[in-house]
Amino acid sequence: MEKKRKKALVKGNEAVAMGAIEAGCRFYFGYPITPQNEIPEYMSAHLPEVGGTFIQAESEIASINMLLGACSTGARAMTSSSSPGISLKQEGLSYMAGSEIPGVVVNMSRSGPGLGGISPSQGDYFQATRGGGHGDYRVLVLAPDSVQECYDLTMLAFDMSDKYTNPVLVLGDAMLGQMKEPLEFKKYQPKKFEKKWALTGAKGRKAQFLKSLYLDDGELTVHNWNLFAKYKRMKEDIRYEALFLDEARLVVVAFGSMARVLKSSVKMAQDEGLKVGLIRPITLFPYPAEFIRETSLQVKNFLAMELNTGQMVEDVRLSVEPGTQVDFFGLPPGSLPAPDVFLKEIKKVYPE
Amino acid sequence: MYFDLIIAGFGGQGVMFIGNLLAHAAMLEDRKVTYMPVYGVEMRGGTANCTIVVSDEDIGSPNITNPIVSIVMNKPSLVKFGPRVKEDGLLLVNSSLIKPDEVEVKGPEIMMVPSIELAAEAGNDRLANMIFLGVLLGKTEVVSLETLKQALIETSGSTNEELLAINTRAIERGAAFGRTGS
Repeated sequence: MEKKRKKALVKGNEAVAMGAIEAGCRFYFGYPITPQNEIPEYMSAHLPEVGGTFIQAESEIASINMLLGACSTGARAMTSSSSPGISLKQEGLSYMAGSEIPGVVVNMSRSGPGLGGISPSQGDYFQATRGGGHGDYRVLVLAPDSVQECYDLTMLAFDMSDKYTNPVLVLGDAMLGQMKEPLEFKKYQPKKFEKKWALTGAKGRKAQFLKSLYLDDGELTVHNWNLFAKYKRMKEDIRYEALFLDEARLVVVAFGSMARVLKSSVKMAQDEGLKVGLIRPITLFPYPAEFIRETSLQVKNFLAMELNTGQMVEDVRLSVEPGTQVDFFGLPPGSLPAPDVFLKEIKKVYPE
Repeated sequence: MYFDLIIAGFGGQGVMFIGNLLAHAAMLEDRKVTYMPVYGVEMRGGTANCTIVVSDEDIGSPNITNPIVSIVMNKPSLVKFGPRVKEDGLLLVNSSLIKPDEVEVKGPEIMMVPSIELAAEAGNDRLANMIFLGVLLGKTEVVSLETLKQALIETSGSTNEELLAINTRAIERGAAFGRTGS
């Protein structure tokens, strides 16, 4: 078995599954869809080895509701899918957020709208960061840009989910799910989460329940403000990566696979003497707005780059100081992003 | 050290297999490496390609427009990837399926590899992909032959001595061809 080694060459999808099991995930529910099938494949093979349960459900909707059920008992559980499947899970996500039930959901997104295609895309940014389902809620969103991060951030997702008793979404795409890199295994350091809310049978204690229905006068208002306060607290867990910001005259902002490819483009620009920096939000919600604002006090030109026609760019524009120029370059799905193409776009907006 | 490579052919030629093998070997030599398979609705007989980047530094893009080396195992792959190889790069062409006058690429060094014939010499004509891996090792020093053999044992998960031996012979035959041109 590969796991006995300290390192293994694995796909991003496999790294997600490995990270989940390492973090104590013992229940997986899913329905197949490309390009994330290696996640259920790995889970089905390895969850039983650690006493866990793998269920291939009859649908995505069944999967998310099984997740809701498993997590309401305090267990660590996960579901994964890809864009159209994630759309189907939105109702369940809304109920989990409303009932304050943790749970990890992985979206190795494909391209849309509709069935779209299986090529890499970042078209699900709005859905991921704006709640996705109905109601005024948010999920914490983690966006890896390497196989190692697929592993590390999935482990983190379980902690974040338990910390905030809220669903956490890991957002990757076909490129991250399918590419292989050496993965260094890390031992998960268990953290203590008190789960007094968990439905574990009322023997010896008062009966309790988890719900999202609040009909009494004023009750729902309080509930929504409490949720809002929680989403604000999540800001203490904002993560991002910043490269070459010293003396930068242009800052590129990108996440996930796009940021990964841009690391090469930015390096190429640096080699040509262009002072181009890169900010890569790792938490897409909460967004590293304050860090981008601070950066915009020094740098007046920003360029948001995405594998879509313009979604995250709105968050960049909401973050920067007034008077900051924010340009956008988008690549809709259909081809793999390549660093030289992006270098050309960087040069087009680089300030004279 | 930095090296990148695109391997392309039709589904079933073992393009993904040797790409994965090479990436695994690079990991065993403690390099950074990315292996990016491009598949789509392709299947046996369709097109398949993968990109491998090996470096001592952190790797940015796992996707490359102009590779240093490309292995093209069929005509459509030559048409697609041949012109993309860097001017000072290397293009390894499957001359078992592609005639020399079909190669119109200018710039990189071009080596015609009769992979199926060489594989037959090594003991099994289905090992054309392993011949190419050998040629790559004969022409570049991206990984050592010893590491590659180790990677073969680990990735195939096979303890079938005969199978490992015949694959190793194919790699060695390819390496000899890469070094000497015959």
